[in-house]
Amino acid sequence: MAAESDPAEKLRHYAHPERLVSTDWLADHLDDPDVVVAESDEDVLLYETGHIPGAVKVDWHTDLNDPVARDYVDAEGFARLMSEKGISRDTTIVFYGDNFNWWAAYALWVTSLFGHPDARLLDGGRQKWVAESRELTKDVPRPEPAEYPRVERDDSRIRAFRDQVLQHARAGGRLVDVRSPGEFSGELLHMPDYPQEGALRGGHVPGASNVPWKTAANEDGTFKEAADLRRIYLEELGLGADEEVVAYCRIGERSSHTWFVLTHLLGLENVRNYDGSWVEWGNAVGVPIERPGQAVRPPL
Amino acid sequence: MSDGAPLPGRLGEVVDAFADLPRDVKLELLLDYANGLPPLPERYAENRNALERVHECQTPFFVATELEEGRVRLWFDAPDESPTTKGFAGILHAGLDGERVEDVLAVPADFSARLGLSEAVSPLRLRGIAAILGVVQRQVRAQAH
Repeated sequence: MAAESDPAEKLRHYAHPERLVSTDWLADHLDDPDVVVAESDEDVLLYETGHIPGAVKVDWHTDLNDPVARDYVDAEGFARLMSEKGISRDTTIVFYGDNFNWWAAYALWVTSLFGHPDARLLDGGRQKWVAESRELTKDVPRPEPAEYPRVERDDSRIRAFRDQVLQHARAGGRLVDVRSPGEFSGELLHMPDYPQEGALRGGHVPGASNVPWKTAANEDGTFKEAADLRRIYLEELGLGADEEVVAYCRIGERSSHTWFVLTHLLGLENVRNYDGSWVEWGNAVGVPIERPGQAVRPPL
Repeated sequence: MSDGAPLPGRLGEVVDAFADLPRDVKLELLLDYANGLPPLPERYAENRNALERVHECQTPFFVATELEEGRVRLWFDAPDESPTTKGFAGILHAGLDGERVEDVLAVPADFSARLGLSEAVSPLRLRGIAAILGVVQRQVRAQAH
């Protein structure tokens, strides 16, 4: 059975308030048998230094990805992972993590590929929990394996592949590039301070708008208020409620953050995350690239 | 496990200890190195400008090296919120602090591949350890000449 939603005032203004919980709510639900808390960090050792009591670890690098192919786990692998973490199909999963919940949002997006009904984010993530001096523990839970059904991954609704992105760009569809301005323009082939991510060409997918992911976040790691998000993405950027939108970044983690904002906080219904992102596009032979002040090459 | 040039004594031992461990135990050991990294001595703690920032690391990371009678002394500063990077620093400290200049300079740039961590830690992070080593070697070379 899914846990009740967090009734906090801030959350009520989002399109899908049931997708977010506050630190207060989570502190009250640590013993709730319907809830499993899962930490997903960029730094894969951070969980071991201390985590929210009862939280399990989901490692983006080793748990969610296929070990050989550049792709996610399959139905079998996902069911096994969920089972090991004590998660059944009707469990409420609350993801949180470091670095503004990038990897927590990514993990939530991957669970959404498998249609897990109730996956939520902790507003403010690990940063806010720690800043509030809430309890951390090094005790690693050993959950009873749960029954989790084998559910095929659905890549058609919220995931975009390179050829689809190309078609989308040719059709003049909306693309949101959530990387830093330097990466968008092509001056940088990586995030500031994240070197050598290995793209051979810089620039962006033709027609993309640049709205860095952090535009949606407050300094304390929480999401901005609904009214601010509506202004940024609906009014200023002009995204429509049922418009087809593709978000991308470098490997799909920062754009998971924006995907969450557009889909769950603003209620857009056709947002897809291009997880191949710039590491694929900027290395692919012959795909069109746009740089400021230059003609798109090759032409769309 | 160790292909290529042999590593200087203690660093070779550290790397060998990692090589054949299962993934979870590797991570535990890396965390031990993170926790074992000695704090900065006062002269650096109070004057961080004397440290060099390694920009290739994903988090603020600082290095200082000193030479004492042909031996290399190493100091690192990494935030607690970045235990992986701190663990890399711990490995370098355990393996190279007090070693001879020529041995430190002889460590190959790709030694981190020999830790066998690529299944547990993303390639981007592993490149961070190579960058830290690069800064250490550059500083040592500059002081030795």
